[in-house]
Amino acid sequence: MSIAALCSDRVLLNDWHVIADLTNLSAHEPFQTRLLGVDLTVYCRGRYNKEVLRNDTGALVNATKRYGFLWACLGKPERDIVFVPEAEEEDRYLLTGGSIAVKVSGLRTVENFLDMGHFPFVHTGWLGEEPHTEVAPYKVELTAADELVATECKFYQPVASPTAKEGFVVDYIYKVIRPYTVALYKSNPVQKERLDVITLFVQPVDEENCVAHPFLCYLKDGSDEAGIRNFMQLIFAQDKPILENQLPKRLPLDPRAETPIRADAVAVLYRRWLRDKSVTYGAIPARM
Amino acid sequence: MLDLAKSRWHPIAAAHDLPLRHVFHGQLLGREFAVWRADDGYVNIWENRCLHRGVRLSIGINDGRELKCQYHGWRYSNRTAGCTYIPAHPADAPARTITNRTFAAVERYGLVWSAEEPQGEVPEVSGFAEGKLLALRAIPVNAPADVVAAQLTGYRFQPSGNIDGSAAKVAVEASNAFSVALRSSEGDASTLAVLFVQPVDSNRSVIRGVLDSEVEGAARLAVLRHHNELLSRLRVAVEAEAAREPAPAPLEPIIERVSPELAEMPEETTHGRKATIRVQVTRKWSAADGIAGFELRPLKGLLPTFQPGAHIDVHLPNGLIRQYSITNGPGESDSYVIGVKLERDSKGGSTCLHETVREGDVLAISEPRNNFPLRRDAIQTLFIAGGIGITPLLAMAQALNNQSLGHELHYFAQNQAQLAFPEKTKTLGASLKPHLGLSPDQTGAKLREILSGYGPDKHVYLCGPGPMLEAARAIAAEMGWPETAVHFEYFKNTNVIDDSTSFEVALARSCMTLTVPAGKTILEVMRDAGIDMPSSCEQGACGTCLATVIEGEPDHQDVYLNDAERKSGTKIMTCVSRAKSARLVLDL
Repeated sequence: MSIAALCSDRVLLNDWHVIADLTNLSAHEPFQTRLLGVDLTVYCRGRYNKEVLRNDTGALVNATKRYGFLWACLGKPERDIVFVPEAEEEDRYLLTGGSIAVKVSGLRTVENFLDMGHFPFVHTGWLGEEPHTEVAPYKVELTAADELVATECKFYQPVASPTAKEGFVVDYIYKVIRPYTVALYKSNPVQKERLDVITLFVQPVDEENCVAHPFLCYLKDGSDEAGIRNFMQLIFAQDKPILENQLPKRLPLDPRAETPIRADAVAVLYRRWLRDKSVTYGAIPARM
Repeated sequence: MLDLAKSRWHPIAAAHDLPLRHVFHGQLLGREFAVWRADDGYVNIWENRCLHRGVRLSIGINDGRELKCQYHGWRYSNRTAGCTYIPAHPADAPARTITNRTFAAVERYGLVWSAEEPQGEVPEVSGFAEGKLLALRAIPVNAPADVVAAQLTGYRFQPSGNIDGSAAKVAVEASNAFSVALRSSEGDASTLAVLFVQPVDSNRSVIRGVLDSEVEGAARLAVLRHHNELLSRLRVAVEAEAAREPAPAPLEPIIERVSPELAEMPEETTHGRKATIRVQVTRKWSAADGIAGFELRPLKGLLPTFQPGAHIDVHLPNGLIRQYSITNGPGESDSYVIGVKLERDSKGGSTCLHETVREGDVLAISEPRNNFPLRRDAIQTLFIAGGIGITPLLAMAQALNNQSLGHELHYFAQNQAQLAFPEKTKTLGASLKPHLGLSPDQTGAKLREILSGYGPDKHVYLCGPGPMLEAARAIAAEMGWPETAVHFEYFKNTNVIDDSTSFEVALARSCMTLTVPAGKTILEVMRDAGIDMPSSCEQGACGTCLATVIEGEPDHQDVYLNDAERKSGTKIMTCVSRAKSARLVLDL
């Protein structure tokens, strides 16, 4: 299999994907990137206009800006960019968290984002700590809007966020919005009844490479932008080497490829959901 | 050719690549291995991925006995590669067998050998004496193995005894697609070198050379450098030649699928034995010869109150459930301390606790249950312990000692080294009476002596091996002790259970009639009907699943009830006992 195999999944071709953090684009230098195996060049035309061209055909690609990112769609956009309601709330910082390239399928990256069991081992001293390793039962469901939602997720975290002063049991809600888009809602350590939101837009560079673009909607109360970004990058830097050591790099959809446990209920459903949507890009399809 | 290669043995590492607690990333025919040596010397060669999420085990932690995955902390055992612990579910961990794929491993000629589907033995090299060889530095070459082997027939080097010479004659003694044996001679010096070619992938190889004699000191360095330079030069030539051919496609090793049971997400355990408390093993030590002490502290909150004589169910990482008495004295409520004897005929419970469970591990335990309660209204209380039977009695003796109530703790054991928890028994002072090394007859005589002189308000508590309890109970009866003053707890029920009968059980309060068929217990049938009945040992020894009989004749098969209780016909242990009558009415 060639790494840069082209994508034939309509659901991905006709969807919007983040291809750059706008703050990373220079007005003078074209920016090179890749989406679904297609090499792209971003040109800045004047201060506000961006043009995205395919390197292979030179054709112009649909592009737009939102949430501080540049988005592209290789096909015909069938639906709008994911709507993040928290981005409308005035008492939140809206931040891009730094685009992190990871040498693994973006689907593996989404699955890692949905996983609590690794907190004590990968994010030791921050999002978890031995011996508090147990993943209590939680609920997972497929909503009418065709999103996967995991609720009643609880985990003890020594330093749950940039403003946390002590360890506490954090409530999480996970939502898989699209195959390469996943959101996390977690209790704010200051206003405990409200939730901070991280939406992870994963750019499928090719089947075995991705760039994770976190979009952070954090309550301003008691926090600062640099601290939030720094925390996000600290956590992601801990995940990256683990993700890059997963074999195979693509996400296997065959239920017998790996061994799930109850803590993986949301991942089991995510793989099934991808199968049902016939998403194959970045996956190893199940044998029939 | 590479198909044939699967059945052959190949070197995949040098023995010195596996130092203490290291995990080596091995490769053979496109497949990756996690290679690690346990502290007992055993070399493990495993598929290089955790069965859970595919993370490379070569980045895992070798703790000397197990390999721990970096991602979710799953532990895999030395030798078997079976998963011993899943931290996300400390209560019901791997009751199923999750076992990583292992590959054959042989250490020979200073190299570690493996094969995908080995046939026969590691190649025999005449003239190689084990332990007196010199393994050269491995040289990776980007070329197919057969191309490398063919080029190696032309390898020219000096014998180790004349490394500075330049006129050595080199003869090919043997060669095939994966090895070449060469003898270099000059003057009196002669060295046999065997160069094995490890096929890493279709277009990648590693040359692993071994010389027939060890070389010491500075000369050793010179010899290693000599071959290093020459083989590196050969590498450059081979790679240049191989680059002229189109590179063969990389091999795609087949990763085996897991079994269908493992692919199913396991349900939460539905058995009635609940383990609601999570404890951490904060201390494990040798409490006596063959007895391990475990200190268990709660992960959060406080441990429930216990009484002397109480036991807990410990849910083990291997899925077994075992009962252990709490040995704590009164007020020692920050942790539970249990003592576990390594049983010679262990079915996996005591072996698991002795060998697998260690400090830092999390275990699930039940709330303490007390089916062996201690009366504290006696004038004199005798405790008679045999071996590990000390554990509940130790808690009891400390309780009476604390209240300055009269008691004696008679402790039978083979020798001083087998007396458990000396730091605890020491606090009992003169009331501790050890009896060491007695034969069965001598034990009988000693029991007679201890149990002589029964008087009102005296009670005796017995715990120990079955034969000793039988003897003590018989002697007590003979010496005039009423059954109400004789309290005992068996470790296990050694009766052969007859479950061939079939009968009806009516549950008076639940208004339910159930049929107990042959092969099923009353407890199982009640559980199937949705009745939540507490239980613990489930073999008729601990007393947890006791029920009151309103009507019918029980067929007692337990070791918990005493003779008077049996005769009364009003009590039954629902885990093993059955009915002699066609129908039994229980107060449930």
